[in-house]
Amino acid sequence: MKKVYFAFAGLAAAALVSTAQAGTLEDVKSNGEVKCVFSTGLAGFAFPDDKGNWTGFDVDFCRATAAAVLGDAQKIGPVPATTQNRFTVLNAGEADVLWRNTTITFSRDVGVKLTFLGVNYYDGQGFMAKKSLGISSALELDGASVCIQTGTTTELNLADYFRANNMTYEAVPVADSAEARECYNSGRGDVLTTDASALSSQRAAMENPDDHMVLPEIISKEPLGPAVRQGDDEWADIVRWVLYATITAEELGITQANVNTIGATTNNPEIKRFLGLEGNQGAELGLSADWAKNIIAQVGNYGEIFERNIGVNTPLGIGRGVNALWTDGGLQYSPPFR
Amino acid sequence: MHQNSTTDFSLRRLFYNQEVRSVAIQILTLAVICYLVFSIGQNMIVNLAAIGKDISMDFLWVPAGYDITFQPFVDYGPTDTHFRAAMVGLSNTLLVAVTGIILATILGFILGVMRLSNNFLVSKLSQIFIDFTRNVPVLLHIFFIYGIIINLLPVPKKAESIGGVFFMTNRGIFAPAPTLDKGYEFVVAAFLVAIAACFVLARWAKKRQMKTGQIFPVFWTCLGLIIALPLLTNMMIGGAIGVEIPKLKGFNFKGGLILRPEYVALWFALSYYTASFIAEIVRGGILAIHKGQKEAAHALGISPNRTLRLVIIPQALPLIIPPIASNYLNLTKNSSLAIAIGYFDIVATLGGISLMQTGKEVETMSLVLLTYLCLSLIISAAMNFLNHRVALKAR
Repeated sequence: MKKVYFAFAGLAAAALVSTAQAGTLEDVKSNGEVKCVFSTGLAGFAFPDDKGNWTGFDVDFCRATAAAVLGDAQKIGPVPATTQNRFTVLNAGEADVLWRNTTITFSRDVGVKLTFLGVNYYDGQGFMAKKSLGISSALELDGASVCIQTGTTTELNLADYFRANNMTYEAVPVADSAEARECYNSGRGDVLTTDASALSSQRAAMENPDDHMVLPEIISKEPLGPAVRQGDDEWADIVRWVLYATITAEELGITQANVNTIGATTNNPEIKRFLGLEGNQGAELGLSADWAKNIIAQVGNYGEIFERNIGVNTPLGIGRGVNALWTDGGLQYSPPFR
Repeated sequence: MHQNSTTDFSLRRLFYNQEVRSVAIQILTLAVICYLVFSIGQNMIVNLAAIGKDISMDFLWVPAGYDITFQPFVDYGPTDTHFRAAMVGLSNTLLVAVTGIILATILGFILGVMRLSNNFLVSKLSQIFIDFTRNVPVLLHIFFIYGIIINLLPVPKKAESIGGVFFMTNRGIFAPAPTLDKGYEFVVAAFLVAIAACFVLARWAKKRQMKTGQIFPVFWTCLGLIIALPLLTNMMIGGAIGVEIPKLKGFNFKGGLILRPEYVALWFALSYYTASFIAEIVRGGILAIHKGQKEAAHALGISPNRTLRLVIIPQALPLIIPPIASNYLNLTKNSSLAIAIGYFDIVATLGGISLMQTGKEVETMSLVLLTYLCLSLIISAAMNFLNHRVALKAR
């Protein structure tokens, strides 16, 4: 029902909004806020806290975008969307950018006509089961009922995985992460499957997280990253380099604490370019000279965003793993600011 | 000068001519509507083209890649096409619509007649149920029933069994399934013979009643016949049709028939919700029949039950059927709420997962729209036909 409504809203919007195409940057500046597609509520990634402020890993990247473009990380317009309507909402021009734990795939990039701009979280699909079930591997799941969020890549991976291993299952489709928890908790499904990061989030939200375990098998590659509408290269460049700025800052050792002082003390030309003290990278992007400095001062670098929202000291307790910098043996790697 | 004033005069006359005005306004309205529809469509195509999306139905023939758990009629696997997935969805929509309409009609008539009962308790209970049901949105009824099933019924390992053959779980209700062994054709034949015999019996009984006035209990005889004859045949052959009792194997029950909670919740909630509307229509229809009819039947010594069945209802039907038809349409359309509890209907498959996996919003939603339109038109046509059949024939 929700889906139909949004699909129609999307159609209507696509029909009536004439040119939301080029000039997203101008739109954002005149609106005074960056409208970001978020999850409808996924602890650690995007959820409204008890005061109604959106917080989380994806939210912080949206704030970083706002800091870069508008100079103020608070100027975000959250557009919560389910897995089913997220692309429609973006394509219909109701949002400017999607920061919503969304897997980059060929069909989404090419078929759904999105432009993906990099990976802010390397993920993979896993399973969560109650410890009382007494299983230790996903290969023991023959005949199980599986709670799954519909409209996701996980749906296809699940079908592939069970087919490849000659197992059967019963899919119990749900619309969002809250319904997924309900499906799993009521025992309607034996296991819950989604990206491993989201499983950690779901597990942290359980009454007794220790009663549940994430099974060791990771059955897919799920590179999660931001996306914008295809066809506005200027705006795509901005979002892409916002992501790279957070990674580069971590690599260069620029943190929220030292961003205001490091420029004066350093001799590293890349840091000076990054902070807008040399060169005119900001102007080339159509932004102010201190766009990257604003990101780090107001939101932080990649490592700080990670640790604050989903790191080992949060209820989610996710280690950096493959999301460590390439210099630390991970996959996070930014092209140079040159 | 002279010429000019004549034109002026006739134009003015034209302007104030009522017929001309009405036609002109209609043409104008039509033009505006056409323009609006055209410009919306044009706008959509242009905008979709601008982001590089063209309208094409080719995606229907691409492997869908996802699984559908509930597929009682159409065989389907993830390597089948989106079109086939849509057919599974359509058959599931039809299943819930048809079974829903049947149950809603039965419940509706029972509730409507109960509501008119002279028994205070029966009538009040019916009224309370109808008032409660009609005044709560159907989506909440669906969530309510689904919530009861998945939260109150036990998991398969602790299944509640009825006689060791039926199992109530929050994964569904498992029942024994018939198995077909050698010689089952005879049992099927016996079943068909029993039905044929019933038709003959009914004709004979009617003829006899016309002649002698004696009534033969056709219904009960037929029921006995239809059950007993195949059973006897089965025993004589030595069990051509057996039963397969569901067994707990691993996570779930295997074998037997299964009624999934999503289907049960949707079917039951839609049925009783629609039934409460039908009950009020039935009540209205019956009340509309002049009470002289009832009194006359009573005076002739016809039992109240027969009075209702043979005198009141046949006269009430022409009043009842048209509004019931619109309730059938509502039930069918409301079945699209299936997506809320994960029942794989046409909206969940074609308009849901296929839409998401292919990004073809316009195409999939248009197909879903057309599907519902066709279903509704078919139901309307069928009900119009029925209405003609039961219309009171003036003699």
